[in-house]
Amino acid sequence: MSFLTLSNIQKSFGPVQVVKDFDMAIEKGEFVSFLGPSGCGKTTVLRMIAGFETPTGGTITVAGRDQTSLKPNQRNIGMVFQAYALFPNMNVAENVAFGLKVAGKPKAEIDARVKEMLGLIHLGHLAERYPYQMSGGQQQRVALARALAPKPQVLLLDEPLSALDAKIRVSLREEIRQIQQQLGITTVFVTHDQEEALSISDRIVVMNAGRADQIGTPAEIYNRPSTRFVANFVGTLNLIDAKVIDPGENRIAIGDQGVTLREPVAPAKAGDTISLALRPEAGSIAPDAKGETALTGEVVSSNFLGSVIRTRMKVGESVISFDMFNSPGLVPPAVGETVTLRFTAGDLLIIRD
Amino acid sequence: MSTASLIDRRKVVDWLGIAPFMIFAIMFLLLPTLYLVTGAFFNPQGEFTLKNIADLTHPTILSAYWVSIKVSVASSLGGAVIGFFLAWAVVLGGLPRWIRSGLLTFSGVASNFAGVPLAFAFIATLGRTGLVTVLLRDWFGFNLYSTGFNLLSFFGLTITYMFFQIPLMVLILTPALDGMKKEWREASEILGASTWQYWRLVGLPILWPSLMGTTLLLFANAFGAIATAYALTGSSLNIVPILLYAQIRGDVLHNPNLGYALALGMIVITGLSNVVYLWLRSRAERWQK
Amino acid sequence: MKSSRLLAWIAIAIGALYFIVPLIGTFEFSLRMRRGEYSFDAYQSVFSDLQFRATFGYSMLMGFLTIIFGMLLVVPTAYWVRLRLPQLRPVVEFLTLLPLVIPAIVIVFGYLRLYNSSSWLPLTNSTNGTNLLLMFSYMTLSLPYMYRAVDTAMRAIDVATLTEAAESLGAKWPTIMFRCIFPNVMSGVLSGAFITFAIVMGEFTMAALLNRPAFGPYLQLVGANKAYEPSALAIIAFAITWLSIGLLQLVSRFQKTAPAKA
Repeated sequence: MSFLTLSNIQKSFGPVQVVKDFDMAIEKGEFVSFLGPSGCGKTTVLRMIAGFETPTGGTITVAGRDQTSLKPNQRNIGMVFQAYALFPNMNVAENVAFGLKVAGKPKAEIDARVKEMLGLIHLGHLAERYPYQMSGGQQQRVALARALAPKPQVLLLDEPLSALDAKIRVSLREEIRQIQQQLGITTVFVTHDQEEALSISDRIVVMNAGRADQIGTPAEIYNRPSTRFVANFVGTLNLIDAKVIDPGENRIAIGDQGVTLREPVAPAKAGDTISLALRPEAGSIAPDAKGETALTGEVVSSNFLGSVIRTRMKVGESVISFDMFNSPGLVPPAVGETVTLRFTAGDLLIIRD
Repeated sequence: MSTASLIDRRKVVDWLGIAPFMIFAIMFLLLPTLYLVTGAFFNPQGEFTLKNIADLTHPTILSAYWVSIKVSVASSLGGAVIGFFLAWAVVLGGLPRWIRSGLLTFSGVASNFAGVPLAFAFIATLGRTGLVTVLLRDWFGFNLYSTGFNLLSFFGLTITYMFFQIPLMVLILTPALDGMKKEWREASEILGASTWQYWRLVGLPILWPSLMGTTLLLFANAFGAIATAYALTGSSLNIVPILLYAQIRGDVLHNPNLGYALALGMIVITGLSNVVYLWLRSRAERWQK
Repeated sequence: MKSSRLLAWIAIAIGALYFIVPLIGTFEFSLRMRRGEYSFDAYQSVFSDLQFRATFGYSMLMGFLTIIFGMLLVVPTAYWVRLRLPQLRPVVEFLTLLPLVIPAIVIVFGYLRLYNSSSWLPLTNSTNGTNLLLMFSYMTLSLPYMYRAVDTAMRAIDVATLTEAAESLGAKWPTIMFRCIFPNVMSGVLSGAFITFAIVMGEFTMAALLNRPAFGPYLQLVGANKAYEPSALAIIAFAITWLSIGLLQLVSRFQKTAPAKA
C-alpha cells in the first residue's frame, strides 16, 4: 500500500464541485507536484490533505491510517504557505521551535533540533532575526525549517515560490529538492508553473477542472501529453489539425502534405479531422537534418528569444512553430521564405480528448 | 542678488500660508495649556513654588484622582474586553456579513453618543424607575437597588461609560483583527497547536500592542470626560473633571493655582497614556506589514 | 469551528443587548409622561419649550459657523502642508491631535484665564466675544477629526499635480483654492462637517463654562429638573448623532467607490 493515498476524493463548495473523483497514491519519499491553472482544484486537494478542508466524499490515508476526519493539528503534516506565514512576533529560532514547543518537547531537544534545522537551511547566523527584518527568500526557508522541525510524515508546499523573485525562485527550488531528497520526506508540491514542476518532481499530476488529467513522470508528461489540455499547459506545443486519408496505413494530411504516422490513427475514419501535437524543438530546417517526415511552409515570423530562435511557418491552415539553437553564425530564415522542417514521424503525437 | 531675495520671498510666502493655523493653534491650544501648566508652579503672588503640586495630595483631591482612575481603568478594561470579543466575533467568528457592517455603523454612532443624553438613557434604563429596574422587579421580583446597586456610583458610571468605550474599541480593533492573516492560524494548527495555544503564543502577542494601546486611549477618553458624569451624578461623585469644573465655577479649593495643578495632573495622565498608545501603535504597525 | 461560531453569536447577542436595551428603555421612558398609557406628551412638551428651540437653534448655528470657519482654517493648511511645507507635517499633525490629549475642560479653563475681562484680549467681556470664543473652542475640539478627514481626501487627489495643472492654465490663487481644491476634497470636508456637527450639538463643558445658552447645558438643566423630557431629549440627541454619523459613513463610502476626479 502506498504511503499517502487519496481515494475518490470529492469536494463541493455549495453547488460548485471543485474536486471530482480525485485518486492518487504517493509512495514514501516521493516528490509529487500538482500542476494546473488557478481554480483547477489543486490547492483544495492540498488543503484537504492538511485537514483545512473536509472532503465531501472519499478517504485520505497516511501510512495506512485513515486521516480523513482528523483535525489539522492531529495529522503530523508539515506545510509551507505561499505568503510565508511566519509568526511576526517570534524570531527565526522561535518560529522553527513552535511545533516542538506546542508538542511539549523538552527544551534541550528543541534547541538541538532548531539548530539542526537552521543548519539545514544555512540560516544559523540569523536565528535572532525577526521575519520583518528578512527577505522573502530567507523567510520562506525559515518557513520550510519550521514545517520540517517536528519531523512530519508528509510535507505540503502550497505555491511556496510564487511570491519570490525569479532568481531566488530557481535557487530555492533546487534547495527544496535537495533537502527533500536528503530527508527522504514524502512531499506534495502545488504550483501553476510548469517549469517548476518539471524540474523538481518525481511525478506530476496535471489537474484540470477538479480532475487529474494526467499523472506521470516529468518526461512522460512533457513528451507524451495524453490530453489536449496537458499538451497546451505543459510547455509550448504546436497543435495541428490533420485530415485522415487512410486509417489502415495511418496516412493523414496536413494542408495538402501527406504524412504517415507511427501511432495507429484508428478509430478515426477516413475524412475525420484529428489533432496532432509537435514540440517546437522536435524538428530542424538545417539542410542536413535527419528525419523521414517533412513539412514545407512559408515563414510568417521569426523571434529571437536568447538561447533559441522561434520561427513560425504556415502549413495549410495551421501555423507551426519550431526552435533553432542560437549560434553566432546562424542566419534565421526571412519572413516569406519557404522552408522545410524535418523530424521523425514518432514526434507527431495524436491528441485524443 | 535677485536669486537670494527670491528664495527668501518664497520662504516667507510658505510660512505665511501656514500662519493662520499656527496662530490659531498657539492662541487656542498651546497658550491656554501653557498658562495652566506654568500657573501650577506659581503662587497667587507670582512666586515660584512646588506647593500646588504638593497640595494635590490633599485627601479630597487624591480621592478624586483615585475615583477617576478607577472609573477610567474599569470602563476601559471592560470596554476593551467586550469590544475585543465583539470585534473578534464579526471578523473571525464566521458570522454573516450584515452583522459586521451593522455593528460597525452602530459603533460609529454610539462612540459619538456621549455626554448628557447618554446619562439620560441610563437613568431611564437602570435608574430607580428605569425600564430594566422595573421589569426585574415586576417579572422576577428582583429588587436591583436592594443589592446595593446605584447608577449614581462608581459602578453605575463605569457601565454608562462603557456605552461609548466598547464601540470605540470595536472601531479601532476591527482593522487590527482584519490584519491577522488566516495563514498564521493555519500554520499554527498544522504545526500541532490547539486553538488555545494559537491565541496564547501567536494571536494575542500579535494583537497585544493594539489591545494595550487602545485600552490606554479608552482610559484617556474616560479620564477627561465630564458631561456624562455631571449629568448622571451632579456633583455627588468626586472625580477629577467634576472637581475641576466646580473649581472653575467657584474656586472650591480656595486657591486658583491649585486648580492649575489639578489641570496639570489631568494633562500628565492623559498625555502619558496617549504617548504610550502612539508608541504601541507604531510597534503594532511594524508587525502588520 | 462550530463552537467558535456559537461563541461569536453569544458575544454579538450580549453586545446587542447591552446597546439596545438602554435605547429601548429610554424610548419607553419617554412615552410614560401620561399616567397609565403611552403618549408622545414628553416630545410635545419638549418641542413646545421655547428654551429648547432657542438653545437648539443656537447650537445649530454654532455648528454651522464652526464647520465653515473650521474648514477655512483646515483646508488651506492641509493643502499648504502637502504642497509647500511637507517638513512641517509631523508638527501640524501633532497639533491637530492635541485636543484628543488635553481634556476639553482643561482647554476651556485656560481660555477663561487667558481671555477673561481683565486680560490682554478680553473676549469674555461681550456676548459676541464669548460666542466667538465658544466657536474657537468648538473648532479646537473638532480639529483632529476635520484635519484627518480633509488630509485623507487630499491624499486621494494628488494636490501638487492639480495645482500645477491649474497654474499652467493661468488660474490665480483664489481660483485654485475654491474651484479646484475645495470641490475635490468635498467628501473629506463633508465627513469632517458631519462629525463636527455631532460634536457641537451635544457639547456641554465648553458652553456651560462659557455661560452660553447652548443645547448641551440646556439638556443638563432639563435633566436636573424634569422627569420624562430628558428621555425624549436623549432620543432626539441619539437621532441627531445617528443622522450625522450615518451621513458621514455614506459620504466616506461614496468617496471609496467614486474617487475624486482631477
